[in-house]
Amino acid sequence: MKLHLAIEELHRSENHLAGALLAMSDRHKADHEVFHVARDIARWSQDHVRALADIGRDFGLDLDPEPKGDPTVLEKARQKASDLMGRSSTPGMLLLADLRHIYREASGTSLDWELLAQGAQGARKRELLQLAERCHPDTLRQVRWANGKLKESATQVLVS
Amino acid sequence: MTRIDRIAEPWGTRTPYGPGEQWPTRVDSHLAEGLTEADVDRWVQSATILHSNGDGLDIAVKDDRIVGVRGRAVDRVNHGRLGPKDLYGWQANHSPERLTKPLVRRDGKLVETDWDTAMDAVAGRAKELLAEQGPSAISFYTTGQLFLEEYYTLGLIAHGGIGTNHVDGNTRLCTATAAAALKESFACDGQPGSYTDIDHADVIALYGHNMAETQTVLWTRILDRLAGPNPPAVVCVDPRETPVARHATVHLAPRPGTNVMLANALLHEIIGNGWVDAEYVQAHAVGFEELVKRVENYPPEVAAEVCDVPVEQIREAARIIGTAERLLSTVLQGFYQANQATAAAVQVNNIHIVRGMLGKPGCGILQMNGQPTAQNTRECGADGDLPAFRNWSNDEHIADLARVWNVDPMDIPHYSPPTHAMQMFRYAEEGSIRFMWVQATNPAVSLPELGRIREILAQERLFLVVQDIFLSETAQLADVVLPAATWGEKTGTFTNVDRTVHLSEKAVDPPGEARPDLDIFIDFAHRMGLADRDGAPLVKWSTPEEAFEGWKECTRGRPCDYTGLSYDKLRGGSGIQWPCNDEHPDGTEHIYVDGRFWSDPSYCESYGRDLVTGAPLSPVEYKAMNPSGKAVLKAAEYVPPHEVISEEYPFQLMTGRTLYHFHTRTKTGRAPQLQKAAPEVWVEMAASDAADRGFTEGDLLEVSTPRGSVEAKLRISGIRPGAVFLPFHYGYWDEPAGHEPDGERGRAANELTITDWDPASKQPIFKTAAAAVKRLKKSDGPSPAPTTTGSRPVTGGVPPTTGGEPALSTEELTTVAGGAR
Repeated sequence: MKLHLAIEELHRSENHLAGALLAMSDRHKADHEVFHVARDIARWSQDHVRALADIGRDFGLDLDPEPKGDPTVLEKARQKASDLMGRSSTPGMLLLADLRHIYREASGTSLDWELLAQGAQGARKRELLQLAERCHPDTLRQVRWANGKLKESATQVLVS
Repeated sequence: MTRIDRIAEPWGTRTPYGPGEQWPTRVDSHLAEGLTEADVDRWVQSATILHSNGDGLDIAVKDDRIVGVRGRAVDRVNHGRLGPKDLYGWQANHSPERLTKPLVRRDGKLVETDWDTAMDAVAGRAKELLAEQGPSAISFYTTGQLFLEEYYTLGLIAHGGIGTNHVDGNTRLCTATAAAALKESFACDGQPGSYTDIDHADVIALYGHNMAETQTVLWTRILDRLAGPNPPAVVCVDPRETPVARHATVHLAPRPGTNVMLANALLHEIIGNGWVDAEYVQAHAVGFEELVKRVENYPPEVAAEVCDVPVEQIREAARIIGTAERLLSTVLQGFYQANQATAAAVQVNNIHIVRGMLGKPGCGILQMNGQPTAQNTRECGADGDLPAFRNWSNDEHIADLARVWNVDPMDIPHYSPPTHAMQMFRYAEEGSIRFMWVQATNPAVSLPELGRIREILAQERLFLVVQDIFLSETAQLADVVLPAATWGEKTGTFTNVDRTVHLSEKAVDPPGEARPDLDIFIDFAHRMGLADRDGAPLVKWSTPEEAFEGWKECTRGRPCDYTGLSYDKLRGGSGIQWPCNDEHPDGTEHIYVDGRFWSDPSYCESYGRDLVTGAPLSPVEYKAMNPSGKAVLKAAEYVPPHEVISEEYPFQLMTGRTLYHFHTRTKTGRAPQLQKAAPEVWVEMAASDAADRGFTEGDLLEVSTPRGSVEAKLRISGIRPGAVFLPFHYGYWDEPAGHEPDGERGRAANELTITDWDPASKQPIFKTAAAAVKRLKKSDGPSPAPTTTGSRPVTGGVPPTTGGEPALSTEELTTVAGGAR
């Protein structure tokens, strides 16, 4: 049985996704909706990290339940820089690149949840399947957010 | 006939009535001092414009001057009544400060010029930018105060002619969530309720809606029900002790920012107790199972903790709402301008859907508007939506609109959701929007975080055009100022909250060279040489009535069908509710009768959005969720507000309105009775919070947030502890500096507010910011806040708000045969 590997991988990718969302938020403080929503939905991934660490114990794993923190000094520096850059139009391209990155990361995480759900079903691990059913929709919403935001932002950035 | 001070008694004399009875008629009027009705040369039909209620009135004219107003007894909306803003506000038309000539900026100063020079400057810059960058450089920021004909023409010019996606109104600040919530639940804008539901309801629930101050005549209707036999129970959700709260059977005063938590707890109780119309839900709604699952996690005990509301009160409110036989719900800024705006407003829709309380007398939802013509901004495609509730992500709707306009579908931007106001200012900030045309609104006072907004508007690289009737704070920053005609000086139609369309006729000429907004738009279109695909002029009309006829064609077969209306039909009688067409020649009191909605995938206006992330649903996703045109029960999780209190900023700041003023006070501040009733900004705080700090009524306080500070005199009011309230009306046009604070502290509440908005409706958040309060000076007398309203003092020694002799108005109680429905 390799379910523990799937849990471990998801724990890693959710941690990474949360970090990527927070870093993106900091880089776009002057784009207020991106700043706030990215933080709101990073919380979903952090919640998943905790839940995965919790269930991981049943599969002999010792995963850190605390989502990887973002160093506060770095965070503030990024926010300050993005505030100062707020008057220039270059952050537009950076925003598109960041959204593309989030889309790919979240899509990967979504696939990982699918793998886990398939495994859980095959192994008849009811709790694990329930966890996947609870968390996977959040990941799909993260994917759709990145996609929708990218669509909405692309035109102005590219034609102006 | 009686004379009454309507400043002291904003709602006038009671005319009690019982359920199912007709609301008695009471004709209110106010004429210039010394005049009687015998002196009036002529009465000109119109409706009210200093709020969203749409009360029918006649304008009194003597010697070609407006000398007063009188409510229209035959009108279905008001049965003759008028509110204080209507009775006195018309005087602003005569202000010597009206703009009478166009202005252009020369050597840093605004100087008078002629129309040709001004319009050539506007069209010239627009052409330059179109050649250099394209339509993405051009934006229009309009209002909720023009007429239907003007919005439709503007939408045509912007979307069909210029081809820009950047068109929105200040309706984004007041009514965006109303539209968004209706689009989520019913996949289409359009008010499910009717004002007549007040006549039948046995329970009226008001969510974040201080109706007594925002729609005084509608509240008068409720007061008259409350004074009559078998009055309705009233449920009020509001952190302040408003006049509505004082009349409520249950008053819930939740912590700001927790509306979704509270609404989910109400649904938890309603569903848990089986107060559900299972047959209706089964036949007419999708999403019930998900809603049940979601609200399971929101028992009243949890909500009581998070919202800081007694658990018994939540249960009692749920019982009243859950056992109502005819439930009317209304929603406004306490929900719309708060954290999770759309998600919260949608839960109110959900209550009505699960209870099957739609489409019959007494069973309605009023997702309210703030401004008189906000509904038209939405309908006509001037707020970013496309005209007549067409769906920007449905290619067939775009093709159909292109047919109506005779343009190429590719010319109508529909590649993404229309740019909302806050994003337009962001694009102007980063420099990709370089032309902004502001009409009849005042972002330099009304948008959040004014320091930022002033910086954006003052940029050299932004060409700012302001079309207004006064030199507002925003106009003072403009490159070109266009003097406009206002209500009473031009003809047009507009539509109120409950879909009632009124005709407003020209009574007098505008002052000086001021011109109707419609004429200004058409002039611009001609100067730009905007043409349809056959080379004919894009805008095919030159009068309001022709524009209305054009609009009717655009609405044919759409939910807001106007084809059965005409100027002639609207003349003389009452306003008429859309849809009005061959099938419903007298208009339609209730939509969604028998669970028939406009939500079919091929017909609906919107596929909806994710309530937390704001991501639009794709057509495929929507079709899978709601294939057969049912109502959508959309569940939402609670997400805490983004700015929370801290040791440094321990109060939650809310901004809001007072009964006596409208918007940024440019009109009401120039009507002496209204100005005197609420002359200066104030700040409200609870008695316990004031006592903790040793503050007393009238102390001069500084209220500050990380974004700025304001000084205001303290009113100790019935607001919930932990919250402070500032009215947002007060800016700088009547202060020395003109458009910005004179010293380190300002008086505009929006110096303090946060730049943050609901991702689904894009409505800015004005009800949750963390603030600090300190005393600058001890009291030398009470604060100037009104005593008749939500700012009523809870301490003694404050003289009551009165208007005296100049505010005496007339009330006439009559019954008009064959009058209002």
